[in-house]
Amino acid sequence: MISAVLAMTMLLTQDTTTGKTVYVKWCAGCHGDNGAGDGAGARHMIPPPRDFTVGLYQIRSTPSGQLPTDGDLLRSIDEGLPGTAMPGWKSRLSDRQRRDVLAYIKTFSTFFADTTQRPQAIKFGSPPSGGSGADALRVGRQFYDSIGCRKCHGDLGRGDGPSAPTLKDDAGHPMFAANLHENWRFNGGGTVEDIYHRLRTGLDGTPMPSFSDLIENKFLTEEQLWRVAQYVRSLSPADAPVVRDVVHAPLTKTLPHAPDDSAWTPVDVYWFPLVGQIVHKDRWFAPAVTGVWVKALHTADSIALRVVWDDRSQSPDSTWLGHIARVLNALQNDDSTLKPVLLPDELTVQFPVSIPSGMERPYFLMGSPSAPVYQWRWVSTSRDTAVAGLARGIDRFDPIPTAFVRTQAVYDHGQWRVVFTRALASPDTTSQLPFRTGRAIPVAFFASDGSNGEHGTRMAISTWYFLALDEPVPARVFISPVLAMVLTLGLGMLVVWRAQQKTSYRRQQ
Amino acid sequence: MKARIFSVVGGMFLLTVCSKGSQSNVQAAPPSSSTNESAPAPATAPASAVSTAGGTITGKIKFTGTAPRNPVIDMSEEAACKAKYKAPPTEENVVAGPANTLANVFVYVKSGVPAGQNFPAPTTAVTLDQNGCRYHPHVLGIMVGQPLEIVNSDPVLHNIKAIAKANRPFNVSQPGAGMKTTRTFSAPEVMVNLECNVHGWMHAYAGVRPDPFFSVSKEDGSFTISGLPPGTYTIEAWHEKFGTQTATVTIAGTESKTANFTFAAH
Repeated sequence: MISAVLAMTMLLTQDTTTGKTVYVKWCAGCHGDNGAGDGAGARHMIPPPRDFTVGLYQIRSTPSGQLPTDGDLLRSIDEGLPGTAMPGWKSRLSDRQRRDVLAYIKTFSTFFADTTQRPQAIKFGSPPSGGSGADALRVGRQFYDSIGCRKCHGDLGRGDGPSAPTLKDDAGHPMFAANLHENWRFNGGGTVEDIYHRLRTGLDGTPMPSFSDLIENKFLTEEQLWRVAQYVRSLSPADAPVVRDVVHAPLTKTLPHAPDDSAWTPVDVYWFPLVGQIVHKDRWFAPAVTGVWVKALHTADSIALRVVWDDRSQSPDSTWLGHIARVLNALQNDDSTLKPVLLPDELTVQFPVSIPSGMERPYFLMGSPSAPVYQWRWVSTSRDTAVAGLARGIDRFDPIPTAFVRTQAVYDHGQWRVVFTRALASPDTTSQLPFRTGRAIPVAFFASDGSNGEHGTRMAISTWYFLALDEPVPARVFISPVLAMVLTLGLGMLVVWRAQQKTSYRRQQ
Repeated sequence: MKARIFSVVGGMFLLTVCSKGSQSNVQAAPPSSSTNESAPAPATAPASAVSTAGGTITGKIKFTGTAPRNPVIDMSEEAACKAKYKAPPTEENVVAGPANTLANVFVYVKSGVPAGQNFPAPTTAVTLDQNGCRYHPHVLGIMVGQPLEIVNSDPVLHNIKAIAKANRPFNVSQPGAGMKTTRTFSAPEVMVNLECNVHGWMHAYAGVRPDPFFSVSKEDGSFTISGLPPGTYTIEAWHEKFGTQTATVTIAGTESKTANFTFAAH
């Protein structure tokens, strides 16, 4: 009993003095000494760190315009905000420290001291059953359209709606409409409940409004809004993708050259995350492409690589010029002279020049002058071929004359799908990697979204992964076990037959 | 007997059929047409709760130089809005009348009203209408606590976002024609920005005041602030592109004073 009371008082008392100590040590680097979201790290971040002085919070359980509850703030501190630079602090700071820093953060805005501002959490209820059934999803999709989600999030939810290029937050920072196929990057969490809560509360300070009024206005019911949340959840995979290091390219008779050829459907897909290039100037802290989905197939003489990535714009696209300007302005890039210009989308696939025999591989970030890498560079303004060449460091690429790699590309509702095709053998084995079966071939990916101001060193990058061309399985692998089984069966039957013969012989006797 | 042997051995040849569940894509159902076309509500002037007694300040707002051209709005994404215009619609950043008169200037008493004087907020709402994917009015004045009724006269999605510092912001959605939302402001603020993020060109401005001494200039540049008790007042004129200007006016009794403002278009 006493311990329970003690625990209660521990929870209720929040010490802003110790809170400040925690804040200065752990938070001020991004959020700034005065809580204005202007710490040293802020100029590398999109979205920027929260400005606590305006008392405006995206992730709340309260109606639009209300302050968050302490529980809401604590959740963001504990779990962090996926898809942003804000990590979770639950494992790093004690319960007491997190409560104290929460109390301190609230002192930055006068709204928290105003006793007329009493945040009241919405009673959300729980999701109606049958959420993943076809009927529920159909209702969800119907209201996804009728309440206008597609205006920003797009017809298929990839954040490519007609209003997407104009979005900005209250401070004028660039904003992307969330790609609804990546629920593991949703700021407020990716469950059906999280999505429903965001629909009800809106994300204050951003273009995302609250849809609570629609229930009061009888435009839709709570259940129908839950269906929207369930539909949105259904767009993402059941679990966030995990990295598997080796892309297996099965052997096939003929290669599908078109990205949407049904022959690709049964092929295993591999996901690789991309991050901003922050090794070389000018660095890039806000890449738009978050990952690539890769499939591979090969025949006796050729290989096809299918690379798919979500990109909100088919660049170059002049409607995104305003967004480019906002991005360049917000990041205050290393190169401050950058002007918003129209740029294409780019995707580079990188291999070593030859398959390494040991563990050593060339430098992952476009090789080095002494150890170049072999690359296929595809640009959205020349869709049918990729230029093959050697990169000798991030700023030097030497195309190999006449060495083009055949590509077919499709842009569809916020997604690029590109198939690269090349012969396994190459006429020039010293610079153009000859592909071989049964070997782990290092491979890496680089992507640029022109409509996010990306070009050159401003791009999203991966580390080395591997590509393995599965060897044709010799026929004996399949025949031997069958032969062994038939033989065993035959022998067994022979033994049993002999035993039966003996038994009946004895009986007769 | 023989049959039993065959069945046991046959079990060894059990085949496991692995089938990959193919994900079916849910196709878009046509949106439910629960939108009703309703007659556009007329843009109302801010309701004034002040009696005709007291002094009056009138004036004209003008500008020098050439007004910048208002950008043409590309409404091709919103056929229902586009259909409401004969000529291509433009933004309303600078609305000028003949002879360089300037509309949409918020004129208010910035200081001089004795502290501690309370002015009850009118219960009549100020209406902000979204019609043809533009706001009507473009600039409005409203008292603290007075209801702001936001109406959607378009059969399209609008979100209404208030960007404020002294007031709590809000961001609500109205996906259909005839929808109404009422909000109030709790603190004086010049100006609260209102915007629609679905249509990046839609901007409106609300001047929130603790007293009824404000006015928005008409297209002929004229404005009237009435019911002022005797005193010396600082009058501020605010324009979204041209900034602010102030003037000092002394009122003694029920007289009418003139305060003209001239902005410079740059």
